[in-house]
Amino acid sequence: MKKVILLLAVFVMMTGYIFSGQTITIKGSDTLVRLGQRWAEEYMKQNQGTVIQVSGGGSGTGIAALLNGTTDICEASRDMKEKEYKLAESKGIKPYRVSVALDGIAVFLHENNPIQELSLSQLKGIYTGAIVNWKEVGGPDHIIILYGRENNSGTYAFFKKRVLNKEDYADRTQTLPGTAAVVNAVANDQYGIGYGGLAWAKGVKFAGVKESDNDKAVMPTVETVSDGTYLISRDLYWFFNCKPTGKLKKMLNWCLSDEGQKISESIGYVPLSKEQASANLIK
Amino acid sequence: MFIVEALGKALSLPSVSQNWLLTKMKKLKFKSKSTIGEYIGKKIITINSFAALFAILLIFVFIFKEALPIFYDEFIQEEVSVEKMIFKQSFAEGRDAKFSWQPNSDNPRYSLLPLFVGTLKAALIAMLFAVPLGVGGAIYSSQFASKRMREIIKPVIELLSGIPSVVLGFFALIVLATFLQNSFGFTYRLNSINAGIALGLAVIPIVFTISEDALISVPNSLKDAALALGANRWQVSFTMTLPAAFPGIAAGIVLGFGRAIGETMIVLMASGNAAIISENFGDSIRTFSATIAAELAEVVFGSAHYSVLFFLGTLLFVFTFLINIGGDIILNKLKGKMQGEQS
Repeated sequence: MKKVILLLAVFVMMTGYIFSGQTITIKGSDTLVRLGQRWAEEYMKQNQGTVIQVSGGGSGTGIAALLNGTTDICEASRDMKEKEYKLAESKGIKPYRVSVALDGIAVFLHENNPIQELSLSQLKGIYTGAIVNWKEVGGPDHIIILYGRENNSGTYAFFKKRVLNKEDYADRTQTLPGTAAVVNAVANDQYGIGYGGLAWAKGVKFAGVKESDNDKAVMPTVETVSDGTYLISRDLYWFFNCKPTGKLKKMLNWCLSDEGQKISESIGYVPLSKEQASANLIK
Repeated sequence: MFIVEALGKALSLPSVSQNWLLTKMKKLKFKSKSTIGEYIGKKIITINSFAALFAILLIFVFIFKEALPIFYDEFIQEEVSVEKMIFKQSFAEGRDAKFSWQPNSDNPRYSLLPLFVGTLKAALIAMLFAVPLGVGGAIYSSQFASKRMREIIKPVIELLSGIPSVVLGFFALIVLATFLQNSFGFTYRLNSINAGIALGLAVIPIVFTISEDALISVPNSLKDAALALGANRWQVSFTMTLPAAFPGIAAGIVLGFGRAIGETMIVLMASGNAAIISENFGDSIRTFSATIAAELAEVVFGSAHYSVLFFLGTLLFVFTFLINIGGDIILNKLKGKMQGEQS
């Protein structure tokens, strides 16, 4: 009985603590969730009394939560769609978008694949199914095995828009749940090709990407994504309802500071360039 | 109070306790008339049994209701209709018309045929793998194994059903696929055979348990009679016990097939999820259940895609329902025939 009372007391104290007004909820993109968690941990260490809850679920889930008012910050690896902006307006929510980090989508190849670089048009041909055999892009005579993400993924949508110019993926593209699964599949498949975030790659090599055949290929690295020379890169966003003030503003500015950006680099994300980070700060 | 005395003796209680037991039993004497408590109890049990039925009905109604706009909603019909789901479509004018599952395209296309073929391919491989192993195992464990051996085999096989399907899927994705590709040289690492075998692992315990129970429950008198007529153990098992237990084995196979069609996580991870139609079992497949699982999480509520996914759910529900009903009918017919022969 004593134990129960003790537990209850602790519980009551904790709820009191949580509802003391310093709670921040962050929800959204699975690509960003690791970064959100690391930032939250560090920020909570430095600001005793602030409680931050971070959860994933996908960009769409996060945006829905923002529109329903169930999260303070929505993490998204894509911009909101026109439909979602309209829905926000009808609900009286004014989305405020800040890019907090960058992400490069790397093209993965098996380590024994002789191909070193591909142009955007070759990539488009490969993924739309117009190019079927590796020898058409200068490789061995073997069918290209396509790996991709499930169609609810932000990475899927971004790659489709940026590389395929909104054409459809070839039907025989094998779609896998999660970038880790794609990396694993390509690592085990000599004739495979896949795409996904920079931070995930282990046991595969990157292909250099170039605009057209005559250009110089650029390898995806933190530097090339950060300065914009790597072609397949995107902003990762935080969405707020209205321009953030108070505790939210404080946290955002900390994440955009050198310290926050260093954390993002240490776990494999690409930090914003210094100028952009300071331009995004809220005065 | 003979019983009490016998009980007391059996438990070797002293006579004092015997008297105590006697008084206790007199107090407990059952009333012959049913009380209001019993009446209510009976009603509650009845309601409980109907609750499951009611739940199934509600689930069906809900799923079907969400799928219904495909048939009448104008906005949705611009994007998808039953006709479009059945026939070939092309991405744009001038391109080849194909059966393709491209829900996130600029011109969304939802052909059911590739998914249907994929589902059947996976289930077929799973059954080819699981039925011989499951039924064979059941025959061995029920007819030939020593009692001690049986006590080891049965729980171990049944343990297979305790493995979460996500673990089986992961195993197929990482280990089994590599092994199969190295041994058979498949072009595609993740294919219907890989998914089917992993699925088979989930189906084996169902086939095994039900078949084993059926085989064990064949009356000993039948076996004894056959033995007395000079049959050896092999002949008894295959000409006598196996046919007599066939309805039970068929039920196990049908239920296993239902599981193979509905199982989600294994195929989602191990099949490659490419919606193509091919007669080659070394190609990737995409199944109904994996499609629902992969896409429902982020689909826009009330959109055409959303309705189509629920339509898939309805189809899946109807399939498994028909399979189970069909299995039941076969079972009853065979049972009747069997009992007729026995008497």
